[in-house]
Amino acid sequence: MTTEIISPHLRPESKHLRDLESESLHIIREVVAEFDRPGLLFSGGKDSAVLLHLALKAVRPAHLPFPIVHIDTGHNFPELLAFRDRTVGRLGLDLVVGSVDDAIASGRILAPAGADISRNRLQTPVLLETILKGRYTAVFGGARRDEERARAKERVYSLRDEFGQWDPRNQRPEVWNLYNGCINPGQHMRVFPISNWTELDVWRYIAEEQIELPEIYYAHERQVFERDGMLMALSSLMQPGHGETVGTRTVRYRTVGDMTSTAAVASEARTPEDVITETLAMRISERGETRADDRSTDAAMEDRKREGYF
Amino acid sequence: MDLLRIATAGSVDDGKSTLIGRLLFDSKSLDDDVLAAVEDASRRHHGDYVNLALVTDGLRAEREQGITIDVAYRYFSTETRKFILADTPGHVQYTRNMVTGASTAEVALVIVDARNGVVEQSRRHAVIASLLGIDHIIVCVNKMDLVGYDESVYEAIQAEFAELMAEIGVRDLTTIPMSALHGDNVVEPSANMSWYNSEPLLRLLEQVPVRQGLDDLPLRLPVQYVVRPHRAEHHDYRGYAGSIASGVLRVGQRVSILPSGHESVVTAIEAPWGLVEEASAPDAVTVRIADDLDITRGEMFCAVDDPPQTTQEIEAVVCWMDDRSALRRGDIYRIKHTTRSAKAMVTGINARFSIVSLCGEPDVNSLDLNEIGQVSLKISVPLACDDYRRNRVSGSFILINEATNATVAAGMIGEPQFSFARSER
Ligand SMILES: Nc1nc2c(ncn2[C@@H]2O[C@H](COP(=O)(O)OP(=O)(O)O)[C@@H](O)[C@H]2O)c(=O)[nH]1
Repeated sequence: MTTEIISPHLRPESKHLRDLESESLHIIREVVAEFDRPGLLFSGGKDSAVLLHLALKAVRPAHLPFPIVHIDTGHNFPELLAFRDRTVGRLGLDLVVGSVDDAIASGRILAPAGADISRNRLQTPVLLETILKGRYTAVFGGARRDEERARAKERVYSLRDEFGQWDPRNQRPEVWNLYNGCINPGQHMRVFPISNWTELDVWRYIAEEQIELPEIYYAHERQVFERDGMLMALSSLMQPGHGETVGTRTVRYRTVGDMTSTAAVASEARTPEDVITETLAMRISERGETRADDRSTDAAMEDRKREGYF
Repeated sequence: MDLLRIATAGSVDDGKSTLIGRLLFDSKSLDDDVLAAVEDASRRHHGDYVNLALVTDGLRAEREQGITIDVAYRYFSTETRKFILADTPGHVQYTRNMVTGASTAEVALVIVDARNGVVEQSRRHAVIASLLGIDHIIVCVNKMDLVGYDESVYEAIQAEFAELMAEIGVRDLTTIPMSALHGDNVVEPSANMSWYNSEPLLRLLEQVPVRQGLDDLPLRLPVQYVVRPHRAEHHDYRGYAGSIASGVLRVGQRVSILPSGHESVVTAIEAPWGLVEEASAPDAVTVRIADDLDITRGEMFCAVDDPPQTTQEIEAVVCWMDDRSALRRGDIYRIKHTTRSAKAMVTGINARFSIVSLCGEPDVNSLDLNEIGQVSLKISVPLACDDYRRNRVSGSFILINEATNATVAAGMIGEPQFSFARSER
């Protein structure tokens, strides 16, 4: 019998969410117990919002015993940065920012010419630099195995070398719920507590737990233009090219990365429940629909992960 | 909606990838663009038909070499159930991947080619599933279209499997005749095999009982992490966080804490969704107790009337998973058992099991990659443990090589699930 319900929308038909939630809490607690310096990658997107929510539950009623780390590409949606700062303020979190702009300004990395070039690749060196500087031994990420086929093969504990590289042919076997957190000097672990969640699981959990997200995840009016079949937001970074016309549409975002590489989808979904209904009807994967960065080749994600992407 | 974990295995070309592609496709768990990419790739690689097997292709090296290297996880769901499927490659050299996939699964799907019947690989898969404590094995007799949907072919395979299952102690065996390529008996019933009067695979998967009997086992709750807020409003708060492995935990219940041997009474249980009066596996909870005791990570909350054994000497079945070294007598490893880490010395290798002949060779010198055997270990601290056949959480462990930090073995405490005949040397 339940005496006090913290999650008011807990429903018996979502028993599977509760099992996934417990699995994620188990993973987070293993890391907190076994690693001296964890950090949590927080992009402000829905997966990292869920991850943060789970991390808070894992240590409740204590404060989060580690910082959240944001890799700011300098091409973020302003709504995302506002959400990040709001969240940090509300929860009293420790925020560490790794800035791609700073890295470019100081000459540590070279910016490709053109404002609308994706900074996805540039994130990787800045992420590594930030991990090194913070001396993090474990870094939580919100990646899910259903997102992409290289991810489908990645362990929950993904060992990375000095260069942050993932070696898919040399992964440690991961049996039962016994995670091996031993690392050599210079190595670190990327840990993915929501590996087994699907896009739909994430949305159902957001609905049940009433997790706040940046407003751009829900239908809103926006000036967009069409490029390669995708709806790109008009901004100082993204201007229509020849033959591309700008129009106001009702859209939302399914994933949120760089403004230059994330597309919106036409949608009327204004609540998590609406999004669930729409997702159930939709038959296009989120990365395929909205991420220009993953459409370049068959193995785009695999290549980026090998180089240290999360 | 509940959650079922499945492991699949089949030898190369039996049609495992096609079956999984079909399950995902027919249960509408596949997105249109993924399908388009597969159609595209089918055209590039093979020519004129859509190769559903490509749905499950992962890494570039796998696509180039046309083989599967590692365990991949797939997700699909129906109205009543979400499925997590560990897709493991079937080559002999990948026993360790099969063990990985099977370790968390409740059902094993074994795929056989109707034309070849029960081959060595199918036996191997069934035996590993059994050793890992999987109660339900579903044998998919695939490519029935290539044997003219002949009932007698199916029956012969079914009989052979039933015999094997009796030998290896599997409780629940189901066989299904199917054609993954044409979709017969995968999601839709088959019009070609009216003699088969049970349901298609997906419907059967919806009916497999989940976590059967775990609540009836004695309480086991390994402490993962001690929550100490150090905040004014929670000044004296001390909570013990962990995931319930078995049994039911109740407020007011008397528990023993092992291996230290303390006893206390549960005063509060916090589940992820709030304070509760009782909780059970697999809930991740935080527990508070009446007494101010010094309890740390690695201790286990246990039923007072049915505690695990606390010991520094264990016998266990291990699968050796390291390709750079072998297990030898006298070696010392780091052991991780529940949330407890310690050192373990190999004091004996009592047998090496052949999972093909089901014979055990006594007193061997080493275990190499993908070999399974029975070992004796001496542990540097007492472990509170159960026989794996009774409890998959408090009965399992991993060994870690302290020099490389690699996970080198998966271990199951106690005797194997069934007895291996003694082989003569
Ligand atoms: N005729 C027939 N061919 C099948 C069937 N299932 C799979 N195949 C074919 O068998 C070959 C091997 O299948 P695949 O799924 O790649 O096997 P895997 O190596 O076990 O993953 C492919 O050419 C498939 O098209 C079936 O039910 N009937």
